[in-house]
Amino acid sequence: MPRSRSGTADRVPLALALPALIALLFLLLPLAGLIIRAPWAEAAEVLNRRSAILALRLSLITASVAALITVVIGVPLAWLLARPTLPGAGLLRALVTVPLVLPPVVGGVALFSLLGRSGLLGGPLYSLTGFSLPFTPYAVVLAQVFVALPYLVLAVEGALRAADRRYEEAAATLGANPLTVFSRVTLPLVAPGIAAGAVLAWARALGEFGATITFAGNFPGTTRTMPLEVYLALETDPGAALLLSVLLLAVSVGVLVLLRDRWSSRW
Amino acid sequence: MNTVRSSSPGIFPHNATNVPQPGRLRRRLSAPSRSPGAGQRRQGHRRSVVPSIAGVAILILAACGASPPESASSSTQSSTITVAAAASLTEAFTQIGKDFEATKPGTTVIFSFGSSATLASQIAEGAPLDVFAAANPATMKTVTDVGAADPPINFVSNTLQIAVPKGNPGRITGLKDFADKSKKIAICAPQVPCGTAAVKVFATAKIKPAPDTLEQDVKATLQKVASDEVDAALVYRTDVIAAREAVEGLEFSEAQRAVNVYPIAVLKGSISAAAAQQFVDYVMSADGQAVLRKAGFGKP
Repeated sequence: MPRSRSGTADRVPLALALPALIALLFLLLPLAGLIIRAPWAEAAEVLNRRSAILALRLSLITASVAALITVVIGVPLAWLLARPTLPGAGLLRALVTVPLVLPPVVGGVALFSLLGRSGLLGGPLYSLTGFSLPFTPYAVVLAQVFVALPYLVLAVEGALRAADRRYEEAAATLGANPLTVFSRVTLPLVAPGIAAGAVLAWARALGEFGATITFAGNFPGTTRTMPLEVYLALETDPGAALLLSVLLLAVSVGVLVLLRDRWSSRW
Repeated sequence: MNTVRSSSPGIFPHNATNVPQPGRLRRRLSAPSRSPGAGQRRQGHRRSVVPSIAGVAILILAACGASPPESASSSTQSSTITVAAAASLTEAFTQIGKDFEATKPGTTVIFSFGSSATLASQIAEGAPLDVFAAANPATMKTVTDVGAADPPINFVSNTLQIAVPKGNPGRITGLKDFADKSKKIAICAPQVPCGTAAVKVFATAKIKPAPDTLEQDVKATLQKVASDEVDAALVYRTDVIAAREAVEGLEFSEAQRAVNVYPIAVLKGSISAAAAQQFVDYVMSADGQAVLRKAGFGKP
């Protein structure tokens, strides 16, 4: 096929440019529709409602806690999965991605069956302490961790695989124990990957809806996050729902841009 | 917001006759693979992927576009109507849909059950539906106000009941327990009809409820009781009957002060308005009303 030689390397072929443009428009145009249709005249009133402020606050707190938890437990899991010697790694990796393919509502039901007050673990907990997780902010965080964890694990595992193992080996031959190698060599090496994964997990937690409404319920101030607030507003006040969506979008994009300036590399 | 299809239109016979088979298509388009050179064979093999994808795409498109077979099998008029109905009507309407289909061969009824308010906003946005049955007049009004429905008629009424998990683990005795912060309580969000009725009940009884969750529709509220996650919830008495394996119902006197009347209407956007009207007539008929009465609904 000689004709492919005529182009330079950085010329974008139409066969790629066109689908790329379609993809971009497909992502951006619905957002444009959201912004155009939002009743901006009511914005000040809607966004100042106590319920909106409560929901946004709850969303930001729970999503941040959830992202933190995914980092603390997800990075070690990713490290384990990235080890070439791990037996059954393929199966484990498939299991880790289950929450990605599971409808979130089913995730919520699954959490119920484990942690609900008659669940496998939740049952004994309830009969011992009288405490049950559902309908508390803890349940919101758990639901968010459940759906967001795979994003972090996959991102960090990718970064670990792409990293040069010889640094770790060198550190080990110089006498560093495995934990030191991990904390002094591996972690700094994949820090951008962890940051990227944490941001993905945070964004996913912020938008989490199905598992939350199923497992955590829906009560202002304790479990009603922004996506639930938007869903409920759709029932009676679609204009307010649009405004709240734009607010959630603005906050999340704002945070992402800010973080991006901080750690400019990779993502 | 699940859609229940009470009888499926048969699309498979249609497929078998009209759709080009991907295998044949691939063989025809990947002719070079039969030439002897090894390099060429590899190339031909690779090229054949595109036509086979195209073949699959055609198959999928044809399957999606295939309408129920209209000739031969059904000489009577065949039509499909989609009925949007309040979540509390799930069991009764599913039964009525089956009965209606039996009396009108060739007619298929598809249901979309959900919160009346959600359905109403979908209708206002132009969802292609034929009939709307709401759980209170206020939600129906949001549809008639935008001119999306014919004048509605009331077809049943419903009252609230206290639902508790089997065995009543929270030892709920009456409405006053809903103010007890130590009990886990679920009620519907005030934005949806069962929540509106609950607000009215609590106002009448002068009780300030302490709910742990405000659910999106009555079936979600019921599910929290059925799975034993809450001690009590306020749901319709019809829901208690529908879930009698998992929950128990407690009557309370204030229930009569908040009777929900259910209106039903043919929608303006209906493309099979005649069949839609027949369905509404069937709901109002003695047969339809008997099913509703058995499910626990009262007279309108």
